[in-house]
Amino acid sequence: MSMKRRDFLKTGGALLAAGSLPLSLVEVAFGKESPQNFTFAFISDSHITHIKGNEFVRNWDMGLKRAIAEANLMTPRPDFIIYGGDIAQLGTKEEIDHGLELMGALRGKVHYVMGEHDYYVDLGDYWRKQLGPDYYSFDHKGVHFVVLNSIVTYDEWTHQDWDSPMARMKEMARLDNPNGSPFMVGPTQREWLRKDLEKVDRDTPIVVLSHSPLQKIYKGWNFWTDDAEEVQALLKPFNKVTVLYGHVHQIQYNQIGNISFHAVMATAWPWPYPSTYSQEASHLPKLTVEMNRADPFFERDATGWQFINMDSGNIDVHYTLPDNSNRVVAFNEDKGHPEDTKYQAEGNQIPPQEHY
Amino acid sequence: MLQKLPTVGALSLALLCGPLPALGDTPLGLPPVPIPADNPQTPAKIELGDRLFNDVRFSADGKVSCATCHDPSKAFTDNKPVSEGFKGLRGTRNAPTVINAAYMETQFWDGREPSLEAQSLQPPINPVEGGLENHDPILKTIRNDPQYVQAFREVFQVSPDEITMDHVAKAIASFERTRIAGNSPFDRWYFGGEEDAMTEAQIRGFQVFVGQGRCVSCHQVEQTQALFTDNRFHNIGVGFKNIQGRVAGIAEQFLQAKAEGADVDKTVLTDPDASELGRFAVSEDMTDVAAFKTPTLRNIELTAPYMHDGSQETLEDMVEFYNNGGRVNPDDPVSPFLSGGIRPLDLSDQQKEDLIAFLKALTSPSVAAATKSAANNAQ
Repeated sequence: MSMKRRDFLKTGGALLAAGSLPLSLVEVAFGKESPQNFTFAFISDSHITHIKGNEFVRNWDMGLKRAIAEANLMTPRPDFIIYGGDIAQLGTKEEIDHGLELMGALRGKVHYVMGEHDYYVDLGDYWRKQLGPDYYSFDHKGVHFVVLNSIVTYDEWTHQDWDSPMARMKEMARLDNPNGSPFMVGPTQREWLRKDLEKVDRDTPIVVLSHSPLQKIYKGWNFWTDDAEEVQALLKPFNKVTVLYGHVHQIQYNQIGNISFHAVMATAWPWPYPSTYSQEASHLPKLTVEMNRADPFFERDATGWQFINMDSGNIDVHYTLPDNSNRVVAFNEDKGHPEDTKYQAEGNQIPPQEHY
Repeated sequence: MLQKLPTVGALSLALLCGPLPALGDTPLGLPPVPIPADNPQTPAKIELGDRLFNDVRFSADGKVSCATCHDPSKAFTDNKPVSEGFKGLRGTRNAPTVINAAYMETQFWDGREPSLEAQSLQPPINPVEGGLENHDPILKTIRNDPQYVQAFREVFQVSPDEITMDHVAKAIASFERTRIAGNSPFDRWYFGGEEDAMTEAQIRGFQVFVGQGRCVSCHQVEQTQALFTDNRFHNIGVGFKNIQGRVAGIAEQFLQAKAEGADVDKTVLTDPDASELGRFAVSEDMTDVAAFKTPTLRNIELTAPYMHDGSQETLEDMVEFYNNGGRVNPDDPVSPFLSGGIRPLDLSDQQKEDLIAFLKALTSPSVAAATKSAANNAQ
């Protein structure tokens, strides 16, 4: 959050709460449409699951429907929407079609990211047929956006002698799977990225959209990108870089050098934090304030979506969290890293649920 | 403006409710009533509040008092789907009971006021309730009434010119803080250890309430007390059909009007579409669309019809609605904003009957007696 914005909010009342509508926030703050300030929405990890015929798991459907209905309330409209991957659970045609049918209710242009649940049954064929390429870049109001498919893995693993494509999918859909394989961006896309970035000015803000974290957080659950350092190195020359990733179904944020990292929520279900599973070391960013534990009575608790304000090349992420307290993680210019605007301070965290 | 003193309401109220509970007397199943530091209870203040509560002169047609919609003989509600105020005009919301409202952390279905004091100021100047332009006529009536002048002098040590709406609100809230009722069969069974205070069906119904029915998650029962509310706001699907497919437009229009200075209290009670936005109208938080406050379940048998819009006529209808996962009919559309706590329950007919029997065990004897004697008096 820039000083300019903060000053405006002080005079204009309380800090905009996450989940409240960003009524002309950026436009009001800057008096006119500044080229690098706009809002976009980010929905991710819906895991639409086919049962049989035209039956799908109600809970996951409801999560996506809710995020869409809420995102449709934003006024003014966000410039576009990012879908962060895993629209399907097992990558089938039925699941992808049903997910996209629900997404049809969303007002605005959507840019899609590939998730492993969309990919490992047919290596992304049907997804690409419906949605186009799984890595690409685009420019918007002076910001360069890069979409990566960061969930590929070693060819030896992908092309081993599987009983069926679905057998491969189901291996990759598991956590703590000794037969799994780490995610990566891979040499083909890294070379493409190097060339793509050659044309971009160092002062241009970069936003990378990825399904896996582009960091090494916890290998057992693939909160992991095997070639994270190589990808980060390609992004190093730029002044302002932000990585937005899905997959982890929880709030995470970090700063590595010039790169700010933000995870986004799932609409389907929350994952626990790696710290709850102490068999192996996790490297959850120290910056991250973990979310309070979900109340299992409320299916939507600890799920959600977010809208993002792009502000002079940095972002603030407004997490919209049904049945929970919304959160805002914003770039702090003084400290040079993102932080939770309310819960970062020790002792400010939400205590766990106490009643049942 | 009527000049005659409203004696009927105040006098018959004393007959109906019996003596006011002694200060500090807490019925079984309830915690002590929270009393704000700046508005301590005194007998004279409570009595003054009682009179103000029943005074029909505080309305544009001289016919509407607080008690019109919060009728002491009808468990402090009006048994209408939505309330009727000035000139018989209808609002959009079902009158919640005043009984035990003192325990609520916010007031109104959408929690738009934080206290009983603040709540009491709104209805007289709402166009479909009291119908007054502003509070001036109320103060004028009070200052010209020797009994009020004396009472305000005694309670607040103010001269007639010094009487403000703040004093009026404090007196009314003080009276309302005495309208508490516990000691129901459930309280005697659960907190009092009386094993036969509830019937077998009611005891089975309590198991449904805390088990498969999932009711207790929002209508909370604690170790030593039961307010039957979590003081939170939830979208349970009520009213969704009316605004289906139009939510974004309604929300945008409402926010625009609010930004231009429209009054939330007036808008939500006069505009049926805006009313359905629920808590969102107050918080502007997307997760609050069509979310309404969890009401208490105490004395629910006497406070039909149910829900924020009075759309459920009977306890049977209400239970069916929840059993269908927040839908009147099992094949109705589901609101995308539906709370994650609402889902089809798959209760058997027996479980539904037992649950309803349990809900009838939440009636306080004092409230039942007041309601019954009113019915007898009417005959």
